[in-house]
Amino acid sequence: MSNANRLHWQKVIQIGVIGGLVGVLIALVGMVEEFNRRDIVAGVLTMGWTLLFLTILVTGYFAAAQHTGNQGASSILSGAIAGLIFSIVLSLLVLAIQNFNLRPVLVNASPPLVRILTFERENFSGLALLMVLGAVLGAVGGLIYILPGRVRSAVLLGLGLVAFLGLMQEIIQVTLRSVPSVDSALTWMFGRGTEKGLSAAGAIVVFLIVAVGNYLWQGNASKVQDRFAKLPFKNQRSIRWLLYGLIILVVLYLPAVLGLYLTEVINVTGLMILMGLGLNIVVGFAGLLDLGYVAFYAIGAYTVGVLTNLSGELTWAVGMNFWLALPIAVGLATLAGIVLGIPVLNVRGDYLAIVTLGFGEIIRILALSDFLKPTIGGSQGIVNIPPPAILQVVINKPQTLYYVIVAGCLLALFIGQRLRDSRLGRSWKAMREDEDVAQAMGINLVATKLLAFATGAAFSGLSGAILAIKLGTIYPHSFALLISINVLALIIVGGMGSIPGVFVGALLLVGLPELLREFAEFRLLIYGALLVVMMQVRPEGFWPEATHKRELHEATPDVVQADVVQAEA
Amino acid sequence: MQTTYRIKRINWPDVFMWLVGAALLLLIIVGTVLTIQKGKYSANQWFDLAVFGLAQGSVYALIALGYTLVYGILRMINFAHSEIFMSGAFLGYFVASSMQQSGFMQSNPLIGILIIFLTAMTTSAVLAMLLERIAYRPLRGAPRLVPLITAIGASYFLQYTFRGLFGTQTRAYPEIPLIKGTWTLFGDFQIQKIQVVVIIAAAAMMAFLAYFVQYTKTGKAMRAVSEDKAVAALMGIDVDAIIVRTFVLGAALAGAAGVLYCFMFRIVTFYMGFIPGLKAFTAAVLGGIGNPPGAMLGGLFLGIFESIGPTLFLDGLGIAAPNQLKDVIAFTMLVMVLIFRPTGILGERISRTKA
Repeated sequence: MSNANRLHWQKVIQIGVIGGLVGVLIALVGMVEEFNRRDIVAGVLTMGWTLLFLTILVTGYFAAAQHTGNQGASSILSGAIAGLIFSIVLSLLVLAIQNFNLRPVLVNASPPLVRILTFERENFSGLALLMVLGAVLGAVGGLIYILPGRVRSAVLLGLGLVAFLGLMQEIIQVTLRSVPSVDSALTWMFGRGTEKGLSAAGAIVVFLIVAVGNYLWQGNASKVQDRFAKLPFKNQRSIRWLLYGLIILVVLYLPAVLGLYLTEVINVTGLMILMGLGLNIVVGFAGLLDLGYVAFYAIGAYTVGVLTNLSGELTWAVGMNFWLALPIAVGLATLAGIVLGIPVLNVRGDYLAIVTLGFGEIIRILALSDFLKPTIGGSQGIVNIPPPAILQVVINKPQTLYYVIVAGCLLALFIGQRLRDSRLGRSWKAMREDEDVAQAMGINLVATKLLAFATGAAFSGLSGAILAIKLGTIYPHSFALLISINVLALIIVGGMGSIPGVFVGALLLVGLPELLREFAEFRLLIYGALLVVMMQVRPEGFWPEATHKRELHEATPDVVQADVVQAEA
Repeated sequence: MQTTYRIKRINWPDVFMWLVGAALLLLIIVGTVLTIQKGKYSANQWFDLAVFGLAQGSVYALIALGYTLVYGILRMINFAHSEIFMSGAFLGYFVASSMQQSGFMQSNPLIGILIIFLTAMTTSAVLAMLLERIAYRPLRGAPRLVPLITAIGASYFLQYTFRGLFGTQTRAYPEIPLIKGTWTLFGDFQIQKIQVVVIIAAAAMMAFLAYFVQYTKTGKAMRAVSEDKAVAALMGIDVDAIIVRTFVLGAALAGAAGVLYCFMFRIVTFYMGFIPGLKAFTAAVLGGIGNPPGAMLGGLFLGIFESIGPTLFLDGLGIAAPNQLKDVIAFTMLVMVLIFRPTGILGERISRTKA
């Protein structure tokens, strides 16, 4: 017993140290300093500290989880100890920065970071405060672990929403201040607008409302759903249509409310959704990991750029109307999808990823080269792409472009939705599960694969074509590998093969970082970490497709068996 | 009795690929003939390109060994290997520049270089160990796409962590006087000292690796694990430990390659790993992935091909600035190899069957 006990405390200490090292990393990468410019709760809690606090909470949570089951005070104590060790590690960092000049190597080990970590206090009182806070937060993490599930999720949701509102305050205020009756409520929630973040009272009220509301809803959700299910079919349908109608109205009316900046953010997100819907077909449905997806984006954009260009410097610039060039662009992208698809028909899995990545790089280097400069502009790119018009309305503002993007997304959504359950869609999924078995079942692998590449490429080409008129200029460096990785990350985070997942992923990975400029610098770092963590914790994504989820959770024993079979053969 | 005769169906994608292959071959031949006819380049210049290619190729070969070793054992592409290469180069740079400033490098150049190598190799090895432990080990037996996506994520995470920790600027690697300048061979052929050093160092490390894999106990265990994990475990081999050692071995070579790369190109940035990593992967595939001698051969071949290729094939065709297109040549070769000889030069046929 005492031996098990000792082992347990060793593990708690270990977790505390690991958590502390993660905290040090977060600080040294520069996140704490950069994020500290934004407040979540005005004057009380900055975003940088929120990040560290969150790490401490998670550390405490895991430390408490070392006990099997609910051990009450002992769990909380474990959390507190882990949190304390976390802050000790962080304090060591502070002391190191104060006593040695680390800046030539570690660019962020700077006095401002020390000031943040010691709460702007001199001597050791800051560090003492840090340790007390660490222990308390670790204990809270442990407490969260032993709370009953229903309470825990209510509390977490409340905290999450407070953080979200705090982060978004600028946008919420800009958008809603124009409505007079909301104005006073906003003032109360966010202060007079000079501070950043929620006011303390606002934060508490939001937390209470959300947490209590969620707690009650969790008790009653099934009842509401039951009642809905008991309604006659006709009523159910009309309620559904009412909901759809409401969504469509909101979508159509959105740019009028949101203003320039937010509409721009939505446009960027929309283009990524469009690409995501395409890549979702290739990766999610057909299981072909394509890392060169950006190639088709580039082809779509360059086709529109070259064909509509008026300057006459480029060989093939004919000054074509955008609406004529658009189908050509999509067509060319589709063709490129097939042409690049043929060589990789026999290449599977990781090899496919690398080969397609090579294709993406080839296209980018060609766009950048002097060799093709007379045709597509080389490193200077293409400028002066004229904005198109529909019936005298020139599409040159985000608000008008919004409708083009929404139309594109709706088209892609419709096609994707219809294809998913079609004969072709089912062939794709069969191919994803097992190519050889699919072929044995009579699926024409060549046609099925090429159709997947072609459809995906078409969406990407469409997205690229819209990008060309959105920016008005095209440069080769807009088509780096990062775009492919971005799109891949968003469908994985959303859930591979799941159409709503694309929207969730795009909002999380593209929309949110666009809104929070501080994230820009750490975007890829967070993506990378997210991909690694996602693959271990929730490989099916946030909004999984039913079959894929089942597959991933049953997969482990199957694969082991397959390995054994292979070994025997 | 009636017999039905069926004409074998023509496989259109194959026909298309053969046509593409033939066209590329024709392009290469015509380009080469035209370039040689024009006689714009002297023998000296070709010699320079070849030696540069050989040096570059030895670096690729060292990195490629890491890909191949890990692939041989885990059947996964360690996409983050390029970042392991970068990390070694980066930490090696800090040691090198501090030794340069303190004057240690000038007084004890050989010891200094040794320290740089040790630092780089240790950094890479430690990073690879952490990576294996944290990111890859929990995923044993998961569907194939899962570790690959993890590796891509890890690659970006490492790259941008280094960017955050050490800053975004491009740093110039200190010049090491001992290996600066040129030697003259056969009268008028000049050869840069640094390139000779790189080639010899890489060759020595590859020889060591060949010995290690072939004759040491760990090497034998590694080959056994790569053959069959379950049976290796039954023979009393600690599979997890061997996998870690494989990662460490590959990473140490990558760290050394990072130092050599820096000696040659003399810049250090957080994204320096990506292109060499991709090239090294190409080299590994070219030689036959999972096969260490293949990786060495593939690396050297790719290095020379990439160095001579653009000038030799494209200059004669009148293409402007052919050197910009060297990556295109390398990646085209990757694609062609995967299509026409997926086994690589020395490897077994993996890309179809096991992938």
